[in-house]
Amino acid sequence: MTQDERLDREPDVHTWTGRARVWMLKKLPPDKLLPEDQPSYVASWIYVFGMGAIGSLLIVIASGVILSLNGPNWYHISALGHFVNSLHLWSVELMFLTMVVHLWGKFWMASWRGGRALTWITGVGSFAVSIVAAFTGYLLQTNFDSQWIAFEGKDALNASGIGAWFNVSNLGQMFMWHVTLLPLAVGAIVVLHVVLVRMRGVVPPIDAAATDSQLTGVPATATEPTEAKVN
Amino acid sequence: MKGKVDPMSARAVGIAGTPWRGKLREYDLFKELTVGVSVMVVLTVILALVLGSPDEPSVTLKSWANAQTADFAATATAELGGTSETAQYGPPYTNTKGATQTIGALDLQSLSGVQLPVNTANAFVLDPLATLPNQPTEIATWRAATKAEQAKWTDTYATALSKAPKSAPLNVKSGNYGPVPALIGDLTAMAQSGALDGVIQAQGNAYNLNYTNEILFLGDGQYFQNLAADQHLTGDQWGMMNETGGTPGQSWLWLFSFFYQIPPFSTAPNADLLVVGVMLILTLLLALVPFIPWLRRIPKWIPVHRLVWKDYYRKR
Repeated sequence: MTQDERLDREPDVHTWTGRARVWMLKKLPPDKLLPEDQPSYVASWIYVFGMGAIGSLLIVIASGVILSLNGPNWYHISALGHFVNSLHLWSVELMFLTMVVHLWGKFWMASWRGGRALTWITGVGSFAVSIVAAFTGYLLQTNFDSQWIAFEGKDALNASGIGAWFNVSNLGQMFMWHVTLLPLAVGAIVVLHVVLVRMRGVVPPIDAAATDSQLTGVPATATEPTEAKVN
Repeated sequence: MKGKVDPMSARAVGIAGTPWRGKLREYDLFKELTVGVSVMVVLTVILALVLGSPDEPSVTLKSWANAQTADFAATATAELGGTSETAQYGPPYTNTKGATQTIGALDLQSLSGVQLPVNTANAFVLDPLATLPNQPTEIATWRAATKAEQAKWTDTYATALSKAPKSAPLNVKSGNYGPVPALIGDLTAMAQSGALDGVIQAQGNAYNLNYTNEILFLGDGQYFQNLAADQHLTGDQWGMMNETGGTPGQSWLWLFSFFYQIPPFSTAPNADLLVVGVMLILTLLLALVPFIPWLRRIPKWIPVHRLVWKDYYRKR
C-alpha cells in the first residue's frame, strides 16, 4: 500500500485541519521534504549555487536585522556598524551573483520540464522582487549615493505613474518597504520556490531515456519519455 | 501535432514528469545547507573586511551654497521664477501641461495625478525666507506683483547672473530685477548658514522623514549633477549600476541601464517609460519561458546541459 493510499484510508478526516494535513502529506511527505538521497544525475557544481543564494539570503537577513535594530544612521558613526553594513552589502552582492548563476544554470537545464513551471516562475519572481528590495536598500544608505539614486530613480517611477506611492525620496516610506514589505515578499517566494523544488524533485537530464544504464530496471510504462513531435 | 507534448515544455511527461526510479546517490540536505551558509559567511566576512563599503557624505544645501554660490543662486532664481526642472516636471509634483512621458494614448503619469504638489517659488524660496526673524520686505513686493512682472524680473536677473563675471551674484550689473536680488541674496545667506536645510526638510513639522523637496532642489542645480558625474553615477555613464568609489553597485541592473545607452531610448523624450515597458515585457517573457515554444527549446539547441550532466551522459 502506498503512502497516498494509506492517507486516503485515514479515519475521521472530516475537519478542515485534518484534510489540510492529509493534502500536505500527500503533496510533500517528510522523505521528500528532508531527503537523504537524490537521483544519480544530481552531481554537478551548478547545484551549489541555489544553496549559495539561500545562504547569502540568510546573511542578508541577519545583518539587516542588526542594522534595523540600530537605525539607519548607526553605520555612519560606529566602526562595528560600518562593518555590519559591509556584511549586508557583500552578502547582497554574493546573493545576486549566486542567484544569477543559478538562474542561468536552470535555464540551460530547462528545469521547467515535467510539471515544474511554477518552480521556474517563482524563481524568476524571487529574482525580480530581490532587485526591488536591493534598490530600496541603496536608498536607505542616507549618504550621497542614496541621494543621487533617489533623484535619478524617481523619473522611471513617476513616468510609470507609481512615483507618489513608491516615493524614493521619502525615507520613511522606503524604510517600510525595505525592512518589512519586500523582505516578506522575498522570503515568501523563496520558501514557496524551495517547497516546490522538494515537491517536484530535481529535473532529470534532457533526453534522459528509460534505456539509460542509470534507469535500468525501471518499468517502461512509468518512465518512457514521450518521443513526441514538437507541436 | 495533436496529442503530442513538447518534451521541452512544462507539461512534458515521461522521465521528467514522474518520480525518479533510477540510481540514487546519498544526499544530506542539512549538511549542504550548513556548508553552504558557512562558505557564504566566510566569503562575506573576507569581502567586508578587505573591501568594506562606501559611505560618501550626503550633500546639503549648505555645502552646495558654500561650494558653488553662483550655481545655487542661479538655481534658486529658476525655482523662484518657476523655470526649473522641478517647477515644470509634471505629475506627481506639478500640473505642467505636456510634461508627461507617454506612449500613444497611454499617460500613466497624468493618471496618477499631482499627488506630491510642489510650488518651487513658495516651497524652496519664499516660505523658508518667511521663517527668518527679520522677514525680508521683498517677499511682500514679490507677492504683490503680477505674474508677468515676476517672470520679467527673474528672467532678466537670470540672464544678468549668467553674464556676470564668474556668474557671481555680487558681480551682477545693476538693473530692473525688482526684489529678486534681495530674495536670492537672503536665501543664499540662509543656505550658507545651514538654516535652509532645516527649514526645507522640516516643512513645519518636528518629525519628517520625507526628503523630496531637498532632493528635488539639489537636483535642479549643476553642483549635485557634477558630483554624481565625478563618481560615474549619471545615466549616460551606466550610473544605475555604479556605486561611489570602486565598490560594485547594482550590477544586476545592467540590462535596464543598457537600454538607456542606445537609440531610440537614448534620445527619446519618453525614455523612462519605454525602458520600464521593455523591462517589464522581458521579465514577463523570462517568467513564461516554459510556455513559449521557441524560447523553451533554446537549451535543446545549445547543449550547455551536456556540461552540467556530463557524468550522466558519459555513463548512459
